Amino acid sequence: MSVLTLKVDGRDVAVPEGATILQAVRAAGASVPMLCHLDGLTPVGACRLCLVEIGGSPRLQPACTTPASEGMEVCTTSEQLQQFRRMAVELFFAEGNHVCAFCVANGNCELQSVAVEVGMDHSRFPYQYPARHVDASHPQFAIDHHRCILCTRCVRVCDEIEGAHVWDVANRGSHCTIVAGLDQPWGEVEACTSCGKCVDVCPTGAIFRKADTTGEKDPHRERPELLRTAREQHRWLNQGGAS
Amino acid sequence: MVSPPLATIRCCSASGCRSAGGEALQHALEKAAAGCPEGVAPRIKPVGCLRLCGRGPLVAVDGADGLSRLYGGMPPEQAEALVHANPGPLEPHAIDAAQPFFALQRPVVLEHCGLVDPESIDDAIALGTYAQLRRVLEECSPEQVREQVKRSGLRGRGGAGYPTGLKWDTVALQPPGPRYVVCNADEGDPGAFMDRSVLESDPHRLIEGLAIAAYAVGAHQGYVYVRAEYPLAIERLRLALKQARAKGFLGPKVAGTSFDLRLEVRVGAGAYVCGEETALLASIQGQRGTPRPRPPFPAQHGLWDAPTLINNVETLSAIPAILREGGDWYAAMGTATSKGTKVFALSGAVRRTGLVEVPMGTPMRTVVELMGGGTPDGSPVKAVQTGGPSGGCIPAPLLDTPVDYESLLALGSMMGSGGMVVMGETTSMPEVARHFMRFSRNESCGKCIPCRAGTVQLEQLLDLFVERRAVPGDMARLEELCTMVRCTSLCGLGQAAPNPVLSTLRHFRGEYEAACREPAICEPHTACRMPAAEGVSP
Repeated sequence: MSVLTLKVDGRDVAVPEGATILQAVRAAGASVPMLCHLDGLTPVGACRLCLVEIGGSPRLQPACTTPASEGMEVCTTSEQLQQFRRMAVELFFAEGNHVCAFCVANGNCELQSVAVEVGMDHSRFPYQYPARHVDASHPQFAIDHHRCILCTRCVRVCDEIEGAHVWDVANRGSHCTIVAGLDQPWGEVEACTSCGKCVDVCPTGAIFRKADTTGEKDPHRERPELLRTAREQHRWLNQGGAS
Repeated sequence: MVSPPLATIRCCSASGCRSAGGEALQHALEKAAAGCPEGVAPRIKPVGCLRLCGRGPLVAVDGADGLSRLYGGMPPEQAEALVHANPGPLEPHAIDAAQPFFALQRPVVLEHCGLVDPESIDDAIALGTYAQLRRVLEECSPEQVREQVKRSGLRGRGGAGYPTGLKWDTVALQPPGPRYVVCNADEGDPGAFMDRSVLESDPHRLIEGLAIAAYAVGAHQGYVYVRAEYPLAIERLRLALKQARAKGFLGPKVAGTSFDLRLEVRVGAGAYVCGEETALLASIQGQRGTPRPRPPFPAQHGLWDAPTLINNVETLSAIPAILREGGDWYAAMGTATSKGTKVFALSGAVRRTGLVEVPMGTPMRTVVELMGGGTPDGSPVKAVQTGGPSGGCIPAPLLDTPVDYESLLALGSMMGSGGMVVMGETTSMPEVARHFMRFSRNESCGKCIPCRAGTVQLEQLLDLFVERRAVPGDMARLEELCTMVRCTSLCGLGQAAPNPVLSTLRHFRGEYEAACREPAICEPHTACRMPAAEGVSP
């Protein structure tokens, strides 16, 4: 296997050919904020939080989807990147109806953590208060669209790992919404296996177990990666030699 | 004694003239011609766009004397007068064909537009269409074809201006395996109708260009992706494809050679973003039309992961002429970096609206004031908008700028696909910016946050300026968010969405300042300024 060497924030790192910038960033012991990417799922580069600067390129690139290349110089933190990340998080908060105080994911919410990470204590953009709805038709789970940030992790995990493809995105722009089946109540979608993977990967409190109340969501976001490694490499992540 | 050749009456049958009653006029002309005595009845020929769309329905009368006369705004009642070449009633409708609007045009892509019957392949063949495809297949290697395209200096006419020859090479030089060619006919910019006119006027030319492109890159399957809002273009393209298959220019053994090529039409479903190449490919594959990050580029991983060449209608339609006359001939037109000719759709506050094809580097003033005739009431032009929702406004004092990719970019606009909207003195620039932002907000696919939520916030900020409710701090807010959306959006639609705002802020800043509630104290006001606003370059 050939190896690429590159610099991340001035540190030399080596990654296998075909690795993404994100893998190089991790190899350098650095990190970038992320909301749409989750290990084990196909990256889509939609949340724009993991954008990094690449030496010699005028364009910012998402670390999760961009392949690393030999001699690349990656910068993960600059004043401009920090400013853009904060604005992106503000836009996320302003476009939905996020109220941490009585959210099921309070304390275990990636949007909340990212807000803390980028220093977003309030949104300078006016809140849009969109009229969205809650679908509690499934016997075990519910989806509260007010808290959805359209990361499409649920769409991908259901399609790629569970193979049921219950979820998809409907409409466009600010009217985008996650739909179950053919835009049916979730409880009526026969394809749903009630596996709960969408609950585990959801970064916020949008998809949750009905049994959980404020601050009680306890998701297992490592599940897709665990299952993918088990299936593709016939080993569990904790059995030595883990990448 | 040999009788003089019969006159032909060419009747525009493209969308513009149709909407002005061109079809009724054509029927009336056919009826009137049928009533003429044998031997003197003129031939009524439906043709494509006759350029001066604003004066439709247009007819061109090719007299037995070899001269052509153009008439505009013809009511069907005048059909008899036209057929009998009765000058009296026709006089008020006559259009001077020697005026700059026509005289300064340099038709290359449009060379047969308005002459050829778009629904007749025999007519197209008689004018030379498919001759280059036949010649290239028989005489040239794919490398030789690409060499001519590279020599021509042709750049993508869809807006970004990527060198066409380089793109062809990139696709052709990929490892062996299947590849695809795609024609992007999802022309969605408001004020742009060049590609529609080509499709409606001369569809065989596009098919020839696409077939040559397929041969040059080694593809045997191609798609033409047309937006559903162009029903007439789709109808004519489908008919043309059927005719081309029947004549052996498509399908197995193209023109009797060993090359085979299948071409299909794919109709869009009303999403502007599907003009973005990765979204377009997803749409062809039957998926939701949303862009994906590049790299990988479609030239490497496109349709079904195979190398895919994507070119716009106008780009492909220039190919037959380039191969006929040679790349050097094409490169002799235009400027140092932008070669050849460009078709523009001229509309807005301008006396003569329609389709013009001029050499690259023609000053915008020539197009707008000399060819277009300035504003209808003679008042000064305020600005010209190019590039649609991804472009910007060029203010009147800068209209002497030559039209080429680099000059327009330097002015904060872009070539775009070729829409040119002229704006008169009474146009409010914040309103123009809001109009385009509204368009982008409405057409955002919703995949990435800066475009999905940023355009919503930008539109609301612009509302403040349009309604004169803005406070001085809103200027900084607007510029900061524009920069963020431009730098962080996933695809070209989002990245270019702030351009109409940024370009009007640059050239018409005073209008934004005047819209602030307290113009007298329009200076940094700590109370309404965002804490992080400092250090942001506009």
